[in-house]
Amino acid sequence: MAARGVAGMADTNGHIDSDEPHTDDGASGSGPSLVGRAMRGVARQVQSRIPRADLDERDPDFIRERLPLMWLAASLWYRGEVRGLGNIPDDGPVLMVGNHSGGNMTPDTVVFTLAFNTYFGVERAFYQLAHNLVLSMPGLGSLRRFGTVAASPANARKALQAGAALLVYPGGDYEVHRPFWARNRVDFDGRKGFIRLALQENVPIVPVVSIGGHETALFLTRGEGLARLLALDRLFRLKVLPISLALPWGLNVGDMLGHLPLPAKITIETLPPIDLKAEFGPDPDVDEIYDHLIRLMQDTLDALADERRLPVIG
Amino acid sequence: MRATAAATISAPIETVWDVVSDPERALSFMSGVTRWESDGDGPAGLGARYRMLLRVGSAEVGGLIEVVEWNPPKELAWTSITGVDQRGRWRLRSLAAGRTQAEIRLAAGVPGSGVTGWIAERIAQPIVSSHLRTTVAQLRRLVENERMRTQAAARRSARGAHAG
Repeated sequence: MAARGVAGMADTNGHIDSDEPHTDDGASGSGPSLVGRAMRGVARQVQSRIPRADLDERDPDFIRERLPLMWLAASLWYRGEVRGLGNIPDDGPVLMVGNHSGGNMTPDTVVFTLAFNTYFGVERAFYQLAHNLVLSMPGLGSLRRFGTVAASPANARKALQAGAALLVYPGGDYEVHRPFWARNRVDFDGRKGFIRLALQENVPIVPVVSIGGHETALFLTRGEGLARLLALDRLFRLKVLPISLALPWGLNVGDMLGHLPLPAKITIETLPPIDLKAEFGPDPDVDEIYDHLIRLMQDTLDALADERRLPVIG
Repeated sequence: MRATAAATISAPIETVWDVVSDPERALSFMSGVTRWESDGDGPAGLGARYRMLLRVGSAEVGGLIEVVEWNPPKELAWTSITGVDQRGRWRLRSLAAGRTQAEIRLAAGVPGSGVTGWIAERIAQPIVSSHLRTTVAQLRRLVENERMRTQAAARRSARGAHAG
C-alpha cells in the first residue's frame, strides 16, 4: 500500500533536548560480554551513519513531485483534516511544536507535511527534526530531501537562523510510543530544550495538536524497562522498546520495521503563534512557558477528542 | 486533471463580469476556495497576481497565480506561478433576452509525479468538478439576487419620486 511507504518516508520522531554527547562509553559498565561488544559495534555504525545537518539537501522539486503520493495517503488513508494553517506566520522563522503519535510510522507528520507544503508552497523552507535512528536507517535517505534533519540543538538553531519553519516533537520517542489508553494525552516527558531554543533565537512558537495518529495500531507499552535492560538508551539514545499489536506483524516489538497503520482519521489543529517575550516578559521562566504550552495543547486535544465519536473511524 | 462547469444567469454579461473579475468577491461564491487575495497593490487586469488556495481532499492546493488573459466582459484566464500547475478560465457569453452563459474551467496537475500523480488527478477530478458546479450555482444566485434587489431599489425610489 502506498500509504505505508509515505508514512515511512515522513517518519520523524525527534526531540532536541538531549545535550549529552552520544558516545558509547556509558555502556562500558555492562561488562565486556560478547553481546555488549556487538551492541557497541552497531551503535558506532549508527553514529557514523547519522548525517550531518545540511540544510541544502532539502529539494523543493523532489517534494513537489511527491505531493500527489502524500495527498493520496493523507486524503484517502487518513482522511486528514488540517485546521488553522493561517495561524502560522506567512514568513520568517517559526518553531512549530507538535504532539507525537502513531509509533514509528508517525502518520500525523505525513498529513501535516503535505498540508504545510501545499499551503505555503514548496518554496518555503520547512524542516523537521527526526530521531537519529530514523535518519540512519537504510532506505530512508530520501527523508533528507524532504527537509528532515537529525534532532540536535545545533541543527535546530541552524534551521531557524536560516529563516526556516521548523517542526519539532519534543516528546520524541517517549511520546510516540505511549500506550493506547494515553492516546489523548500530551506528554513531552518534561523536555524543555525547544523553549530555550525559541527564546535564544527569538522565534514564535506555533503549537500543532493532532489526534487520530495513535489509533493506527494498539500500542501496549513503551517498554522502558526492557530498553534499559538492553542498554538501548545509552547506545542509541533510545529510551523505549515499544510493544504493540500492529498489522501485519501481530505482536510488534520495537517497531523498527514500521507497520501498516490502520486508516484512522487524523485531525490537526494549528494554534495561534505565541510570542514568548511578549507574553511571558523579557526574562521568561522556562517552566512557566512549558506548563502553559502543555495546558494549551492538552485543552485543544481534549476538544478534538470530544469531537470524535469512535476510534479509527473518527 | 481538468474540470468544467457552466450555468445560465438571468443578468447582462457586464453584471456577471463585474462579479467574476473582482478578486474581493471570489471568496463569497467560489466553492472550496479558502484564500484569494491580491499579491501587491496593482489594479485588477492583465498581469495581476493573486494568492489562492482550493480545498481538495486533505490539503489546500494552489499558490501564486497570474492573470494572462483579460478581455472584458468575455474572457478571464490565469495560470500558476507557484504551487501545483494550474490554468483556469472564466468564459462569459451573451445570450438572448439579457441572459448570460458563464463557464469556469480548471486544469491542474503536477508534472513529473508519475503514476501517483495520475492516480491523484483521477481521484481529485470529481472533487474539483463538484467545487466548480457549486461555484457557478452560487455565482448565479449571487448575481440574480443582487440584480433583483437593485431593480427593487430602483422601483422604490421611482415610487418615492412620484409621491414627493
